[in-house]
Amino acid sequence: MSTIVVRVKQKQIAQLIAKGKRLDGRGLNDYREIKIDQGIIEKAEGSARVLLGKTEVMVGVKIETGEPFPDTPNEGVLTVNAELVPLASPTFEPGPPDENSIELARVVDRGIRESKAIDLEKLCIAPGKKVFVIFVDIYVLNHDGNLIDASSLAAMAALLNTKMFNYEIEEGEIKIKPGYTALPVRRHPVSVTFAKINDRLVVDPWLEEEQIMDARLTITIDDDGNICAVQKGGSGYFTPKQVFEAVQIAREKAAEIRKKLGW
Amino acid sequence: MSQKPEKLIDKKGLRLDGRKPDELRPIKIEVGVLSNADGSAYIEQGKNKILAAVYGPKELHPKHMALPDRMVLRCRYHMAPFSVQERKSPAPSRREIELSKVIREAIEPAIFVEYYPRTATDVFVEVLQADGSTRCTSITAASLALADAGIPMRDLVVACSAGKVEDTIVLDLMDIEDKVGSADVPVAYMPNLGVITLLQMDGILTPEEFEKAVNLAIDGCKKIYAMQKEALKAKYVSVKEVEE
Repeated sequence: MSTIVVRVKQKQIAQLIAKGKRLDGRGLNDYREIKIDQGIIEKAEGSARVLLGKTEVMVGVKIETGEPFPDTPNEGVLTVNAELVPLASPTFEPGPPDENSIELARVVDRGIRESKAIDLEKLCIAPGKKVFVIFVDIYVLNHDGNLIDASSLAAMAALLNTKMFNYEIEEGEIKIKPGYTALPVRRHPVSVTFAKINDRLVVDPWLEEEQIMDARLTITIDDDGNICAVQKGGSGYFTPKQVFEAVQIAREKAAEIRKKLGW
Repeated sequence: MSQKPEKLIDKKGLRLDGRKPDELRPIKIEVGVLSNADGSAYIEQGKNKILAAVYGPKELHPKHMALPDRMVLRCRYHMAPFSVQERKSPAPSRREIELSKVIREAIEPAIFVEYYPRTATDVFVEVLQADGSTRCTSITAASLALADAGIPMRDLVVACSAGKVEDTIVLDLMDIEDKVGSADVPVAYMPNLGVITLLQMDGILTPEEFEKAVNLAIDGCKKIYAMQKEALKAKYVSVKEVEE
């Protein structure tokens, strides 16, 4: 939904991008400042808050026990859910998850799952019967664009912060022992999102750029520089050349972010 | 439950159903199969059996949802409960809601939505039997149903998947290859304009493999495109024969 202010700025944003500049002073391939706080919710097993410019996303990780999926009896279960909390934007409405929050959760999920970031086999308690279920709940607190990258960073930061209670199995029952161990996180997928405006790609679009973009492309890169998830969004298109260019930029950006965060 | 096969590609380089790596499954397309819909299409691609129907452009309810300068395109991708091995609940799953969104965004770039302000067009896709890459097959059918409904379009949208199975990049994944293989790349394409309107991936691919998979999927799209056009023409040729 475009506001009147955006209509007025639209031309300016698009014209600047044609010249390789952006209204907030960034270069086309620059991210906004990334700030991460971990362990902010004591009652969650893991948590993190990410600020990507003015976009703010909180993620809490809760761990429960449950049944494994029939096709993966030896693996723990990962569940990612996203809430576009109404206080985060005038366009977010209360109610069951809409297609945008489902897409957000599923793209974040895909990056974590396909890169095999969590060693799910270590989360098996009794094969085929009982495993740990990791709930990753994404809570968008302020929407200023690029929720996918902010949420992916927050989800990974929260998982890296997650502690599991020690346990032993006595007669098929779990007995909690003192102390905690870290969740077995072994990979660090980083998603890089592009907006196509005026037939050019910009990295990390903020809200007003998202409102005028033709299409969106997210590429998630794993620790080896390989691609582990891709998602195109929006009702525009990309040429194959633009896609392959985006892959190269995404690899550079993901490496930069991973270096900066020490992942 | 079906057993996991040991090898997906045999010594001769052929796949479980005897296809070469760059070979499509057999495809059968029919246009104008439902009498109530403004446009419709039925497609079989291997064991995939999918129906698409278009209703519209029509008045939009509730009216405040209408856009003053363009048509609202709505899309529902839905799988029949009997379409897969274990019964699927008919309630829309999170996967179906995401696919409805990406299918809509894949076909929308083809439509001149600005020609029909204040209206809505519904695209319904029913997967009657699923055997891998159903989102691609659905897009191929949905764009034909739109064309059959007479909605002005820049091009037909056609979709095909590619992926990685045992170190080989293969075209048009079937279900078992999607599940056991190491990557799946669905691509939707407008051949006349040379642009991609849907692109997703899951699995792990190097940038070189990814580029190869996207290009292979585009080649597959071009082959299906020829069949799409034939199917569309066939409907109107048969009408002429009846008149004579």
